[in-house]
Amino acid sequence: MLPYIARRLVFAIPTLLAVSIIAFIIIQLPPGDYLTTLMADWASQGGAVEAGTVAAMRERYGLDQPMYFQYYKWMAGILLHGDFGISFELGKPVTELIWSRLGFSLMLSLLTLCFVWAVAIPIGILSAVRQYSISDYTVTFLAFFFLAVPDFLMALGAMYVMSVWFGQSVGGLFSPEYVDAGWSFGKLLDLANHVWLPVIVIGLGSLAALVRIMRANLLDELSKPYVTTARAKGISEFELLIRYPVRLALNPLISTIGWILPAVISGEIIVSVVMSLPTTGPLLLRALLAQDMYLAGSLILLISVLTIIGTLISDILLAMTDPRIRLT
Amino acid sequence: MSMTNDTILKVDDLKTSFKTRTGVFKAVDGVSFELKRGKTLCVVGESGSGKSVTARSILQIVDKPGTIDGGSIVLTRQDGSQVDLAKLNPRGEEIRNVRGREIAMIFQEPMSSLSPVHRIGEQIGEGLRIHFGTPKAEQRERVLDLLRQVEIPRPETAIDRYTFEFSGGMRQRVMIAMALACNPQILIADEPTTALDVTTQAEILDLIKRLQQSHGMSVLFITHDMGVVAEIADEVLVMYRGKVMEHGTVDEVFHAPKDDYTKRLIGSVVRLERKAEIRLKRAEIAEDAAPLLEVRNMSLTFPSGLKAVDDVSLIVRPGETLGIVGESGSGKTTMGRCLLRIYDPQMGEINYRRADGTVIDMRTADKPQLKELRREVRMIFQDPVGSLSPRKTVAQIIAEPLKLAGMRGKELDERVAELMQQVGLEPAWRERYPHAFSGGQRQRIGIARAISVKPRLIIADEATSALDVSLRSQVLDLMMKLQDEMGLSYVFISHDMSVIRYMCDRVAVMYRGKLVEAGETDQVVNRPTHDYTRALLSAIPHPDPRDRRIQNRFRYVAPSASVNG
Repeated sequence: MLPYIARRLVFAIPTLLAVSIIAFIIIQLPPGDYLTTLMADWASQGGAVEAGTVAAMRERYGLDQPMYFQYYKWMAGILLHGDFGISFELGKPVTELIWSRLGFSLMLSLLTLCFVWAVAIPIGILSAVRQYSISDYTVTFLAFFFLAVPDFLMALGAMYVMSVWFGQSVGGLFSPEYVDAGWSFGKLLDLANHVWLPVIVIGLGSLAALVRIMRANLLDELSKPYVTTARAKGISEFELLIRYPVRLALNPLISTIGWILPAVISGEIIVSVVMSLPTTGPLLLRALLAQDMYLAGSLILLISVLTIIGTLISDILLAMTDPRIRLT
Repeated sequence: MSMTNDTILKVDDLKTSFKTRTGVFKAVDGVSFELKRGKTLCVVGESGSGKSVTARSILQIVDKPGTIDGGSIVLTRQDGSQVDLAKLNPRGEEIRNVRGREIAMIFQEPMSSLSPVHRIGEQIGEGLRIHFGTPKAEQRERVLDLLRQVEIPRPETAIDRYTFEFSGGMRQRVMIAMALACNPQILIADEPTTALDVTTQAEILDLIKRLQQSHGMSVLFITHDMGVVAEIADEVLVMYRGKVMEHGTVDEVFHAPKDDYTKRLIGSVVRLERKAEIRLKRAEIAEDAAPLLEVRNMSLTFPSGLKAVDDVSLIVRPGETLGIVGESGSGKTTMGRCLLRIYDPQMGEINYRRADGTVIDMRTADKPQLKELRREVRMIFQDPVGSLSPRKTVAQIIAEPLKLAGMRGKELDERVAELMQQVGLEPAWRERYPHAFSGGQRQRIGIARAISVKPRLIIADEATSALDVSLRSQVLDLMMKLQDEMGLSYVFISHDMSVIRYMCDRVAVMYRGKLVEAGETDQVVNRPTHDYTRALLSAIPHPDPRDRRIQNRFRYVAPSASVNG
């Protein structure tokens, strides 16, 4: 197993390189650069900038260099010094900006993943075992409904309902008094009070998908001969269901981690903007709009790393739960 | 009716039906029988006769939407108490206490009937846990004991293995061990040897018989093979379309059958006991004719180091059928695939003589040449379900090779209709999908596809193994008819000496990648020179209960002894 993991990690390197190059190019594709955006901002505020100043700034930021050279400088910084460059707009090192938010992003994604799994599996089982019953049709309808509703709309709707009907403070992960406070038990409790709403909003879309997958997997397994064999042994129906078909239906579900994780992360970006959460999402959006290329590039790179790790984790889990798969 | 103490299970007027969209399908329609303590009752019939559903009804494990509509299934316990299983709630505790503990069941497909993700020890011991709450350590001891009883080599390591690490025969042994775990009174065996090759079948039948005697079990044995019935049954129940056609002792049924259907079933096995009539009538094939295919010293070693084909040489003459016989793992299928270059043998020559007399070595032929040759050499596969695309109509399947050969439009349609007629299918069925056909008809579709481009040589890999015995001779007859009409040659691969004897002119016996014996079929069958051939011959079930062959069969142990089967 260990050599396999090592090899997979080595294979991840060219993937990441390719992702970083593509991200870098796409960020630079729109005409102009960060300074053009800056000039436009200033101009709209009534200020005028002399051409010389712009040229000087362009030189200072290295924007006058060819693109491949900028990329090389950025990569070399990351690889040699762990330096992801500087955010033009915020004037701070990218690392500093990201780390404080990355923790929340990761927490939110993992919580969402746990929520999705914990809810999707029992609902999927129910839906399969009671195929074509009222509960199955209800679940199926809701699943397609939530699959179809876009994340941001769900976020807006949820916020409206919570604040108008229940008088909850919505938006952000903390109540105003805790935002800048240090970590304490009270702050943790406050976080728990806030975090469930974005978790549900981000998770619902993936949840619906997983319920459908679980249902289909289980329906396939329920009619397999080994189920009859186990039944002929005298096992109770519930134990039979859990020990055999559900156990086997979970295997394909495990492989969905690989794509659920990126789906959750990209869903998180939009939801976070709407609900003003202190995660990387809003930061990425702003960086992209302002062509703040080092910040945007670094964020995309980190998200890709998470995706690759997610896929690797699902492969390893699969090999652990299914003896038919041997990692070599 | 009075219950004598030696009746352990009495089924009376059992009715089981399936409600489908088109109406109610009566799978079991008024079946009655008695199972005697310590005896074997064989329920025999073709696929679709309801024999399997009868067996499942006893344990109330009929698949949805099947339900028991009427009748009784009375189980008499050793203490004299009785219970009607048909009246119990199928999800209730009472029936669960009977399942596995008093009546155990083994199934046809030992691979899919066992869970692929649970260790076999866990699956065998599960019954003990459910019924007796046996502690883990004790459970393991008992499982090891069971594995020894069913003669699985090295039980201590086997217990922690998974099903896919075993051969078919070994898996069926695991299944039997599982059924024996709680010392049941009755063993229901639902076609337990149908998926196995003949030698393994003989081993498993032997094992069941011995365990039945040592455990004092009654056995309800479901099969379609009259040969197997003759070998093991005390009593026989013949079923057809959900009804009992005939019921009696094995001797009565075989030597004085009353029902026509029974006679037909026996006839289909007896037919395979000798050479086909159309072959007896046919003129000898000239020995000096230039061979169509000449294989010289062909060898194939897999990357794993396994020598699957080891220095094989053989010839196929025009218009003749060469049988390749051996048990699973003997390399016969791999050898057949080498002939078509599905696998690439590393050594030797595969010289194929084309119609114009030129000889091409298929082993070294390049891609365009192979494409041409594959029109002349075609293949028929074992699995009539898996080898036909479920999303294509019959006409599309048969037309596929013709289209590749460039045929289009009306000409194509006419040719497809002609082919369907040739293999005994109604051309009107051309728009149907494969699932609408029975196993035998599906194999006919496969044959029609194979002969569509007028090939000269057909490699048939276990073409009749997945079919009921009653259908085997029909499909073989069809293949011989086509052979005579089209001047075809066959390489007929099978594990079953009886179909080889029925159809082949010459036969080559394969064992562990090598040809151990080859010659005229009559000579090999009647005067085998190699012990392995004799073992294969003696493992064929003999359709005469007065002369049971399997119990006194000849076992072959390879000089470099290792465990197999």
